[in-house]
Amino acid sequence: MAYVDAPSTERPPAAARRRWTGARVIGLLLMVLWALLGVSIVYMLIVGYDPEKVAKYGPRIVQGIWVTLHLVTMSLLLGAVISIPVAAGRMSANPVIGGIAFGYSYFFRGTPLLAQTFLVYYGAGQFTDALKAVGLWVFFRDAYFCAVLTFSLNTAAYQAEILAGAIRAVPAGQWQAADSLGLRHFTTMRKVILPQALITALRPYGNEVILMIKASAIASIITVLDLMGQTRYVFSKTYDLQVYIWAAVIYLATVEVLRRLWELMERRLTRHLRR
Amino acid sequence: MKFAKTLVTAAALVALSLGGAAAKEWKKVIIGTEGAYPPFNYVDTDGKMKGFDVDIALALCDEMKVECEVVAQDWDGMIPALLAGKFDAIIASMSATDERKKVIDFSEKYYNTPPAIVAPKDTDIKGVTPDDLAGKTIGAQVSTMHADFVEKVLTKSELKAYPTADEYKLDLENGRLDAANDDVVVLSQWLKTEAGACCKLVGTITPIREIHGPGAAIGVRKEDTDLRDMFSAAIKAIRANGKYQEINQKYFDFDVYGG
Repeated sequence: MAYVDAPSTERPPAAARRRWTGARVIGLLLMVLWALLGVSIVYMLIVGYDPEKVAKYGPRIVQGIWVTLHLVTMSLLLGAVISIPVAAGRMSANPVIGGIAFGYSYFFRGTPLLAQTFLVYYGAGQFTDALKAVGLWVFFRDAYFCAVLTFSLNTAAYQAEILAGAIRAVPAGQWQAADSLGLRHFTTMRKVILPQALITALRPYGNEVILMIKASAIASIITVLDLMGQTRYVFSKTYDLQVYIWAAVIYLATVEVLRRLWELMERRLTRHLRR
Repeated sequence: MKFAKTLVTAAALVALSLGGAAAKEWKKVIIGTEGAYPPFNYVDTDGKMKGFDVDIALALCDEMKVECEVVAQDWDGMIPALLAGKFDAIIASMSATDERKKVIDFSEKYYNTPPAIVAPKDTDIKGVTPDDLAGKTIGAQVSTMHADFVEKVLTKSELKAYPTADEYKLDLENGRLDAANDDVVVLSQWLKTEAGACCKLVGTITPIREIHGPGAAIGVRKEDTDLRDMFSAAIKAIRANGKYQEINQKYFDFDVYGG
């Protein structure tokens, strides 16, 4: 089974001298332009560094980061829970269940998250009396809760598609093999199909987490003081554009940390596939 | 603020290299307003900017004999947009507060009305002192003197800041807010509408100079002192020739110019 290449004794051919084509020149110029932009942004942050402002507004930004992380984590976890029945529905042979799951996914993936957030936050406000009667108003009164609810429902639709797609991608032979071993449906799913499906799903899941982090900035529109909300607050006090750059840097750093985390996870989970 | 300064300098350099070194002659002035603050500025059903601010702006332009164009700009980006040169003057019920004066310059005021507190009709709020409002959630538009007031004076209350006035009105209506703080004229106008039927005026607040400033004025970039003086003179002129009163009468049954 093991097939190992004999170590090559040949030296690689000498690299051909690359010619200065038009595309290469333009590409290089564009790179220089990007580098200059990056340098000027860093320069701006260094030159404009104002210890007084940092001391005054820094804690607010830090607080905003926590709110964003909390908001995103809650939404992703709740969304993951909701996504399981939705994914099951998407794969169901029953047209009614399949139709409901399809409709759910169609609506949440087909309309802007901003509109959904407004719909939940201000829409709930139209039914204050009804919500009070069933004791749910205490939740809907809170902007943070409305944000978590909307984001969970939204990400659940995407996560369900990822999960359903990954399960479908597992070759049918795996089901047949499990059947021939007499495994029950549930056991097959849990022990055979899901472990393979989750490897396929890992990358898309990572994408969804990253998208969610950035989309969470929408919460700031409905008065949640997340990272974006605090940034807008500080900007409204200082009129200093730098705070937006700092916010961008923080979002970027968060995404980078996650990207690396995902890389580690993928290497760990696919170690049996490496040769 | 360094970045804004750099921007302005860069813009100035570009302007110099393009248009020669001659001092700018104000032939056309672009005016920024919000369009979400009735009755002072709003977008009418036909999509046009209307309101007291807009009428005053056009009257001032007539008086100064310059061509004017009124453009819409979201409130929280108003000052940055002015600094970035997207327009030359802000006429958007913006009060000439000390905090804003650090960044831009203002003409003389063109109106001054007191702030007020509104609350749902069944409220238990009795007055507008910090103690009356202790423990309450109070809505205001972000980046306004009203939000500032809640933060600095009503320290026992919680501020909820909204991007536009429309949104705190919605939340007041549906019961997320215990009260809201804004200009008395804006609030009274809203109370008269169907949506405002939920609520009542609790009382007006005596303006505090350090927070509320001398009243709404026209904001210009600091280097445009000539434009600032032109506006100040024009305000005086339309007060004197009756044009101001004419516009005032169209919207209000009392003189909003204030003392």
